[in-house]
Amino acid sequence: MKVRLTVNGQDRSDDVEPRLLLVHYLRQHLGLRAANVGCDTTSCGACTVLLNGKSVKSCTVLTVQASGQEVTTAEGLAPEGDLHPVQRAFRAEHGLQCGFCTPGMVMAATGLLAENPHPTEEEVRAGLEGNFCRCTGYHNIVRAVLTAAGTMSTGATTSTKSAQ
Amino acid sequence: MSILGTRVLRTEDPGFLTRGGVYTDDVEDERLAGACHVFFVRSPVAHAVIRSVDVSAAREAPGVIAVFTGADLTGLPALPPPLPGMINDLMNQPLLARDVVRFVGEPVAMVVTQDPYQGEDAAELVDVDYDLLPPVVDMSAATTADPIFPDAHTNVAASFGDADQFDPALFDGCEAVVTRTIENQRVAPAPMETRAAAAAWGEDKDAGGRLTAWIPNQGAQGTRAVVASMLGIDPASVRIITPDVGGAFGAKFGADPEHGLVCWVARQLGRPARWAETRAENMVAMTHGRAQRQTITIGGRRDGTVLAYRLEILQDSGAYPKFGAILPSLTILMTPGPYAFPRAEAAAVSVLTNTTPVGAYRGAGRPEATAAVERAIDLFAAEIGMDPADVRRKNLLPAFTEPHTTAFGAVYDSGDYTTALDKALAAAGYQDLRDEQAKRRANGDVVQLGIGLASYVEITGSGSEAGRPQENATVEVHPDGSATILTGTSPHGQGHSTVWAMLASEELGIPVDKITVKWGDTDLIPQGGGTGGSRSLQQGGAAVQQASQELLEEARQRAAGELEANPADLVFDIGSSAFTVAGDPDASVPLARLAETERLVVRSVFSAPGATFPFGAHVAVVEVDTETGKAVLRRMVTVDDAGTLVNPLLAEGQRHGGIAQGAAQAFLEEVVYDADGNPLTTTFADYPFLSATEVPSFELADMATPTTYNPLGAKGIGEAGTIGATPAVQNAVVDAVSHLGVRHIDMPTSPQRVWRALREAAAPPVAGTAAPAAGTSESRDAQ
Repeated sequence: MKVRLTVNGQDRSDDVEPRLLLVHYLRQHLGLRAANVGCDTTSCGACTVLLNGKSVKSCTVLTVQASGQEVTTAEGLAPEGDLHPVQRAFRAEHGLQCGFCTPGMVMAATGLLAENPHPTEEEVRAGLEGNFCRCTGYHNIVRAVLTAAGTMSTGATTSTKSAQ
Repeated sequence: MSILGTRVLRTEDPGFLTRGGVYTDDVEDERLAGACHVFFVRSPVAHAVIRSVDVSAAREAPGVIAVFTGADLTGLPALPPPLPGMINDLMNQPLLARDVVRFVGEPVAMVVTQDPYQGEDAAELVDVDYDLLPPVVDMSAATTADPIFPDAHTNVAASFGDADQFDPALFDGCEAVVTRTIENQRVAPAPMETRAAAAAWGEDKDAGGRLTAWIPNQGAQGTRAVVASMLGIDPASVRIITPDVGGAFGAKFGADPEHGLVCWVARQLGRPARWAETRAENMVAMTHGRAQRQTITIGGRRDGTVLAYRLEILQDSGAYPKFGAILPSLTILMTPGPYAFPRAEAAAVSVLTNTTPVGAYRGAGRPEATAAVERAIDLFAAEIGMDPADVRRKNLLPAFTEPHTTAFGAVYDSGDYTTALDKALAAAGYQDLRDEQAKRRANGDVVQLGIGLASYVEITGSGSEAGRPQENATVEVHPDGSATILTGTSPHGQGHSTVWAMLASEELGIPVDKITVKWGDTDLIPQGGGTGGSRSLQQGGAAVQQASQELLEEARQRAAGELEANPADLVFDIGSSAFTVAGDPDASVPLARLAETERLVVRSVFSAPGATFPFGAHVAVVEVDTETGKAVLRRMVTVDDAGTLVNPLLAEGQRHGGIAQGAAQAFLEEVVYDADGNPLTTTFADYPFLSATEVPSFELADMATPTTYNPLGAKGIGEAGTIGATPAVQNAVVDAVSHLGVRHIDMPTSPQRVWRALREAAAPPVAGTAAPAAGTSESRDAQ
């Protein structure tokens, strides 16, 4: 089936199998491999991307469903060579270890902050419930999201723009 | 100022945060161009004879290149026993099942396709005819059940010590003795990245061939040995490359049959092959962890002095004995933990069952020892009506700085267990918590407070078969002022790129961001012990420091020649990474220039006198709803003394992760089988993987007692959290309802188990019908 979508600001059109999952389209067709596949049941969130600015699990979106829409992955969050405030906060707070959950976690956190720019710790935890991490115990991930909320609210204009 | 001990941010993070890590499934390499994809057909039954395998329909499916069964695996050697001399040699796992399948998930056939979706489709067309055999599911039934390997005539894979030789007088003189059988349940390591492989053979494959395999692992050199052995080729013909690894937790050491098979397919078809496991496969075919049933007996005086302790272990090894079969030897080694028990004894039997094989999982044998003794201490405290903190204080070994040898042969390098406990209790506000608990009890509140303690000592960085623990590192300074480190360790989240660079930077004055750390390529680094057993910093890091210092000495000699000065008169200026002549600041030569004419490179092997024994104390605070049985973890306060910290930021990260995994075992996670050996927890929808909502932020208190076993003063930190947190949380849940008559609740302390324990405590079962959920209990008063 023909699809036409925008990925990280670039227009893409392709002919894909109807059952092709968005995550596999991103990884195999576009070579965007930040989003990972960590489960088969929409449980782990390693594949989280933004679809029109809202975080979705790209293992549970068919590529054809994303046609005509805007997809943002971790690769497209900040200009090349730069880090988005959420990415910067994950580094500053040591919110990643093996890195496998990280791109999905960063996209989920970005989506969360777009909806709720000043979350409490409890709201951050609830907002990330669908994103699993086996390394960090979530402690520093929660710190990172709270830190990012702080820096983004104190006038980092580029952040809100790239978070759409 | 020294960079050591500072919170340097990780150099590896920008890549992970933007393009993502390059895990095995992400690897793009010209050698893998046109790779086919392998999909495994796995046994859906726990125990059966394979009557026939019909692959004809699968062969006709779209995109199928080949289908292989066990009968096709010709020309491969018989596999050597996985742990020669330690376990029964007649219990080997074939790469693909031939005549019998022994667990759900065992590989039976391989479908090779152009595209991974096609493999999943075609695998459903492989028709295997099974004749069911009775499965052995519960480990307690294994010793009397028909042998899973008839030729072995037993289901005992290994035994350690002999319970029949236990001292009948061990508990003589005890005023109170408590005994109980408890579960250290089977859990899934579940790293976020599942297993994978990519394999390509060189052009000269017919002339002996050379294999390049990308495999997520914890030590490429060990992986190379296992892959070579599976294929019956010289390890020198195998190059293992380690891409980024998305977590391992002990379960990615060495290599599994699937890894060897992917390499075999690539050789057989003469084209590169790839495999990426699904989570559903991972949950049944990657090794599981723990899986011990322990009978603990503890006795002593009513003043709180423990006089004797006994630990009897039944280890479930799963269908094929792997590392799990020898886990009890580590558990036994750590039997008395941090306590000065006058008498203690232990024995273990490892048995086969028709379940997924058991291997190492974060802590590997030591969490089981700590769980046993910490539950025993609490049971004893409850029996004599004493505060568990006081019982611990009374029995902890006094602080020592000279090595202490236990009755089980462990040589603890140094320890101060009482201080660790007191620090943890102070940080938690122990007395306030007890006051709050008393208030809720007096009020009869629905939500009760539980406070759980665990003191622990563990073993990290233990020796290899070669003897003393050792690791190698190579440090090279380049003419452009950058440096490269080659290490025999193998990070998968621990941050060696940053910390190894810090260690070299400290000696050589080269900035951390100009130092590249490489690992996991066996052509580049032929030797190495990998990362596991919390060994990396104390051995691999110490090797980096040692190699850097030796490199500096080599550079000093060269600089002396260049500056025409006596080497002893040279001063190394860390700020400019250059040697100067004392008293003549103009006479100076940078390290980088010394590398211009001849490579400036040193390989060094660090050797430690022995393993180190980090220790600490954890306090867990839980709330338990006495109407629903639901336990919620409110606080985790920990002291984890791992000696001197090189990067506290990363050490804290290790503690956080360990604490969460330990807590998850205590109240949440469990691999469950039904009576027929069908796994019921095969997805993340069924297996209760810990999420962010189920844990609080953790409160870490500092304590650092340097070890003398390496110049860094460092002990291992990777597994401490898991070791302390599990019994602390379990003890807290029991403590929350202990005033209602509950003495023990098996892990995971699910709402159902807590609720049942409360019901049984309220209406004690008739004698002789002990409730299985609460385990069997017996207590007696002796003179």
